[in-house]
Parts: sequence; C-alpha cells; structure tokens
Amino acid sequence: MADDTAREEDHEPAVSGGPAPGPVSDEVAAAIVARFDGSVFVESHGQPVVYVDRSVIADVALMLRDEEQFTMLIDTVVVDHLLDGSRVRVDGIAAERFEVVVNFLSHPRNRRIRIVCEVPAADPTVPSLTPVYPGANFPERESYDLFGIVFAGHPDLTRILMPDDWHGHPLRKDDAAARVPVTFKGDPSPR
Amino acid sequence: MGLDQVPHNFVTARLEDVVRWGRRNSVFPATFGLACCALEMMATGAAHYDLARFGMEVFRASPRQADLMIVAGRVSQKMAPVLRQVYDQMVEPKWVISMGVCASSGGMFNNYAIVQGVDQIVPVDVYVPGCPPGPETLMHGILTLHEQIRTGELLLRREASPTGGAGIDLGREPVGLSTS
Amino acid sequence: MTSDDAFWTKEEARLERQTDEGAQQLRPTTREMVIAGGGMWPQDDLGDTMIINMGPQHPSTHGVLRLMMELDGEDVLQIKPVIGYLHTGMEKTGEELTYVQGTTNVTRMDYASNFANELVYSMAVERLLDVEVPERAVWIRMMMCELSRMASHLLFQATNGMDMGAVSMLLYGWREREEVLRIFEYVTGLRMNCNYIRPGGVAADLPDGWQDRILDVCDTVVAGVADYDEMLSTNPIWLERTVGLGVITTEECLALGITGPILRSTGFAWDLRKAQPQLPYDEVEFDTIYTTNGDVYDRYRIRLYEILESAKIVRQCVEKMPDGDYRVQDKKLTPPPRARIDESMEALIHHFKLFTEGFKVPSGETYVAVESPRGEIGCYMVSDGSSKPVRMHIRGPSFYNLQSIGPMGSDSLVADAVAIVSSIDPILGEVDR
Repeated sequence: MADDTAREEDHEPAVSGGPAPGPVSDEVAAAIVARFDGSVFVESHGQPVVYVDRSVIADVALMLRDEEQFTMLIDTVVVDHLLDGSRVRVDGIAAERFEVVVNFLSHPRNRRIRIVCEVPAADPTVPSLTPVYPGANFPERESYDLFGIVFAGHPDLTRILMPDDWHGHPLRKDDAAARVPVTFKGDPSPR
Repeated sequence: MGLDQVPHNFVTARLEDVVRWGRRNSVFPATFGLACCALEMMATGAAHYDLARFGMEVFRASPRQADLMIVAGRVSQKMAPVLRQVYDQMVEPKWVISMGVCASSGGMFNNYAIVQGVDQIVPVDVYVPGCPPGPETLMHGILTLHEQIRTGELLLRREASPTGGAGIDLGREPVGLSTS
Repeated sequence: MTSDDAFWTKEEARLERQTDEGAQQLRPTTREMVIAGGGMWPQDDLGDTMIINMGPQHPSTHGVLRLMMELDGEDVLQIKPVIGYLHTGMEKTGEELTYVQGTTNVTRMDYASNFANELVYSMAVERLLDVEVPERAVWIRMMMCELSRMASHLLFQATNGMDMGAVSMLLYGWREREEVLRIFEYVTGLRMNCNYIRPGGVAADLPDGWQDRILDVCDTVVAGVADYDEMLSTNPIWLERTVGLGVITTEECLALGITGPILRSTGFAWDLRKAQPQLPYDEVEFDTIYTTNGDVYDRYRIRLYEILESAKIVRQCVEKMPDGDYRVQDKKLTPPPRARIDESMEALIHHFKLFTEGFKVPSGETYVAVESPRGEIGCYMVSDGSSKPVRMHIRGPSFYNLQSIGPMGSDSLVADAVAIVSSIDPILGEVDR
C-alpha cells in the first residue's frame, strides 16, 4: 500500500497512491470475483470495491440481490476521467474514460459494497439495473442526461434534469463550462 | 378610460396619491419560492418577522390575483420559460423583486444551468442581495419597493424595456429609505 | 370540426410564440402527449381521463416539482413526477471549487438541513486525506446536525400542516424554527446555508454561554412539539385526511431505494445513526422511531417524535461535550486563527495558500453516508491529487424518495396527492442538484 505522505509536500503533485489489489478481504467481493472472470477486488479507504466488466453488471446485481441479500441499490454514479491529474490504476482492469459506479447496501448483513465498471467513450452503453432494482430508474436517467451513458433495457431513458431540447451532456469534462462569463443586464440570454 | 388617459393636473394629483397609497399598502405577492430563499421568504411572512403589518401576508398562488412576484431562489434553464409565463399572467400593475443573489445575478452558480440573473427574463424593480437574505433584508427590499410605488409616476406611460416588461417610470431620482 | 381545428392550431401557435417551452396542449382531442421529461402517455381515446399538470409553480409542492396526473374526475389514476426545474449544476460547480470552498456549494443542496450536506462532504474529504478530526469537533458536528434535524422536521410540520389546510401550523412551526435558526446564527454566523462543518473540523468554536442557550432552545421546541401533538394527532379532521393514505410497503421502499422516515413508517426500523454511525451516536441514548402502517399519518408522527429524540441527543451533547480542538491543527489543512496572521509570516502564507489554491488530496475514491432528516445522504468523491475533486456527487435522499410517488399516489384523490407529496418531504435542491 503506497504511503500517503503526498499531502505533506506543498507543491509536488500526488503520486498515484491508490490502493493496490491485495487478498480479497471481503467475502461478498470474493464471491463476485470467483464467479465473474476479470473482476478485481480493491480496498478503497476501508471499503470493498469490485471492478467488473460492464457486460456482466446486471448479473452481478442479480447475484447481490438474490444470493447475497443486498436489499437496496443506494446510488448509481458516473465519473468522467478525461482530465485526471493522476488516476487510481487497478491491475487487470483497462481504464476507460467513463466509470459507472454502483453502491449497494445490505440491511440484514449491514454491509456495503461498490461495483465499478469501465465504459469507453466510443461506445457508452451499459446494461440497465432497473429490471433488478427499480430504484435505479431515476439515477440512470440522470446519468444519461448529464453524461450520455446509455443504459440498455431502461424503461424510459430520457432527460430528467435538463430541458428536453438541451444539446449535449453537461457534466462531461469537455461539454459545458463550469464557469460562464459574468453576464449583465441586457446581454443576450443563452437560450 | 384608464388612468393613463386622465390629464395630469392638480386635481388628479390627489387621486394619484390615493391610488398609490392603495397600491402600496396591499401588495399581494405571488408564491414563487424556488430554493433556499423561499424558506427565508416564508420566515418573513411568519409570525416573528411579520409581513402582515404591511398588508402582504396574503401570498396568492394564482398569478392572476397577485401583483408582486418575489423571485426567491435560483432560476434554472428549465424553469426560465415557466417564470416568464407566470410573469405574463400577472395583471398590471405588477412588480418584481429579485430576492437573493442567485435571482439577481446567478449568485455563486455561474455555470451552464442557472440563468445569470432573472433580469434577463423579467424586468426587476428591486434587487435584494444575500444568500439567503435574512428576513430583515427582504423587508428592507419590500419597503424600498413601497417607497418606489409611493413616489412613482402613475400617469406617465411605462416605457417598454428591452426585455419586454413594465418598469416603473419614476420621472425623477428614486427616493430610497433613509438608512438609520 | 375544421374551424375548431384551425382555431386551436392558431391558439397553440400563439402560445408557442409566447413561451419557449411548449405549454400544455390545448387541443381537447389529444391522443398522444409527449410529456416533458420523457415517455409517451398511454393512448387516451378521448376517454374519461384527463391529464393535467400540477406545478412547477404551485403553493402545495415543496419546491419546484411538477406532477403530471391522469385524472378520472377527482380520482388520480397515475402520477408522474417531472423534476429538473431546480437543476443548478452543483456537481459541475463542485468540480470547479477547491475542497476548502466545496462546503459552500454542497450546503445549498438540502437547504432545509444544511449541516448534513456539509458533514458528508467534509467526511469524504477527510477520509480521502486519511485524517482524523479531534473529538470536540466530532461532538460539535453531532450536536449541530441534530439541531438541524430539529429545524428540518419543524419545517416539515409547518409546511405539511399548511398543505393540508391547517394554516396556523405554518406559523407555529416557524415560531419554533426561528429559535433554532437563532442558535445557528449565534454559533455559525448564518441562519441558513451555514458553511460551518468544513474538512478538518468545524469553522469556529462554540461561543461562550452556549450551554444555557441551547438547553433553552431544546425546552422551547419540546414544548412546541407537545402543542402540535395535542392539536393534530387526535384531531378528527387530521385523521380523516391522513390515515390510510399514501400507503407504501417495505418491499417497495427497498426496491426503490427509499430511506429515512418513509422507510421507517413501513415497520422497518433502519436508521443509519444506529446501524452505521459516523458520529458518536453510540455514546448517546436515543430511540429509533418507527411505525407499521406506512401512511401519511405515520410519517407525520415519526417526524414529530424524531424532534423529541433529537432534543434528547442535543441535551446529552451539552452534558458530554469534550474539551479540545475544534479542528485539526494541521497548518496545511485548516487556516490559522485570524490573530496569528498579524503576528506570523508563516501563518499569513498558509492562510493565503489555503484560500487561493486549497490543499491537495491524493487520488482515490470513497463514499460516506449519514442519516439526514430525509434519509440516507451520501457523498461519493473521486480525487486525483489536485486541489479540486474529479467528481463530487451527493446521493440526495429526496431524489430516491420521489420515486415513491408512483406507488403511493395511484388511486387517490387530487387533494390527497398534495398530502402525499407533502408527506414525502422532498427538498428539490437535493433532488435536482
């Protein structure tokens, strides 16, 4: 595990001191890694994370719900790594521009797990988890709206936060500017 | 025949005063609370910082029955046409208070999603700064508007502003409240 | 019919000209309707049902929420929420602000309980930094979060009452809430959007004489809650309007990702403060309030009694508050006290660097979740070694809780739809972000 003293140095950019994959310390993660080829377990600041291939993410979710008692899908997030300074590299996983991250919670076992899959920018498609966890409906729509990730099998994949006629996907790093120039009264409105 | 066509002379000056007194003492705000500022607007209307003493406790939900639109909160791109539509549905005379920095200028959110000031959509009479402005600040803004109504010229035709609304033509320098 | 058609076409064209977004279709013979927010409504053959729109500007919705309702007379057959009217791009702004500035952004998401947002954000940053916050800071955080829970639930009582017609509840709820906001102003300087819980601890220590003031506020709020209980809980009109309404089951909640008082109203006593406490909730005594019917009345009661539990926790915090630092004494992380800036050049430089560039966080990712008044609020943060996050995402509980409108709102009346939305207690700031 790399020593995280980067914070003490003022001007040096942090080295890629991400967590190294070690022995699978979490039993649920071990079960996933055993069943799905190409999955890698990583411990991130004390939390179990499993990187899986994006084609099997719906099967992983089904396994978590039916066999491992993960009763709730907490959140679906997309991360755009286009402009990263230094990125956490995981051995055995080809890093792509987008990552779809799904957090699960098991109430009976009182534990959490995080599943991450890499999504290339050229083909941003991921199977939808809505058939397994209906609560993924809204967050997947939000991910589509703001990042352009297409969730195959989603019942209603339309824009949810931006106006329907909006062009582009604002939260992508190369899309909308995070700071727009200050506008004054009488300036033409962007719409 | 509307008030606009009444000739402007000594007799009608008293009439103007009465009309302005009536207008400023019974301003009905339209509920347009959007975000955090809405909570402070409700606090201003609640018992501690009472707006009823100015005749304004009746927040009308229907814009047809309201004459003041307090835009309280950040206006997103999706909400902008709705804001304009509600403003259009209000009947003259109408005023707009832009409450909070997000409504006045986009606030801390100068990004793609927020209209950088509602004066790009509707004409604003009073800007109330703050994030959120406390009830006392909002009340100062409301009383400033009352003062504008008290001293504004009614019978001069309102000039159309570029954004298509109705600004109050004061005819002279605006008279603000004296700061204590 | 042709002249009617021509008339309606002209009307619609005029409306289209006047507003950017296509207004509601006026044509009474609409067979298909493209709903803003996606999807085609089911084929409606001039039948008895009508699709109407409630919001986004409406006094009875908690913020700018738009509801498309299919009505058969007064019966609501289906409800579909349309959100996005408050989308502020806060997550994009979060990538543009440094970690020091980030709490100002995040605190405006769930603007009814600001400290919960700040807490998860700060904890995510601290976890990525692997830094531990001193004990006093942790207890101050817990106390302020519980006070903010009281303020949020009082706001719920006020707006819930008003939505259902008990307009005086609005004034009573705000009367008590003003006392709590006064405490926030006393401690943090601001009534709302306080930006008090920051990475490394809290912004400033508690002022002198805080114990008595906070205990007074607890007494006032508890007395107020007793008033509301007496006024509403056995009131036959209130019971008629709320009991048996908007029922949801535990299975539906778990499937939809619903947490907080809605989940607890179905008989499932899940509270992150007990199950996975991130603050010393295990060192104070309080109960998890839950009921079994899953209706609007249950959710009202849960939130009412949670105010009392929070007051209990705050009183214990006042007793047990440890001494010590109110923030990590790491010069690269937290700013020096203002007085030191006049004396020491080093302090001045640290202050300058911290507020212009900020501190750098090594690359990594983490997720932290706590129990906000609405449910599980979490922060998923990805860092890359610079002073700004790569991704700063807040898992807002109301975003998921709003998905419960579907199961709850079907087969009810229009007035009940208002009550149901109110009982979900959504804050659109964290729904739309």
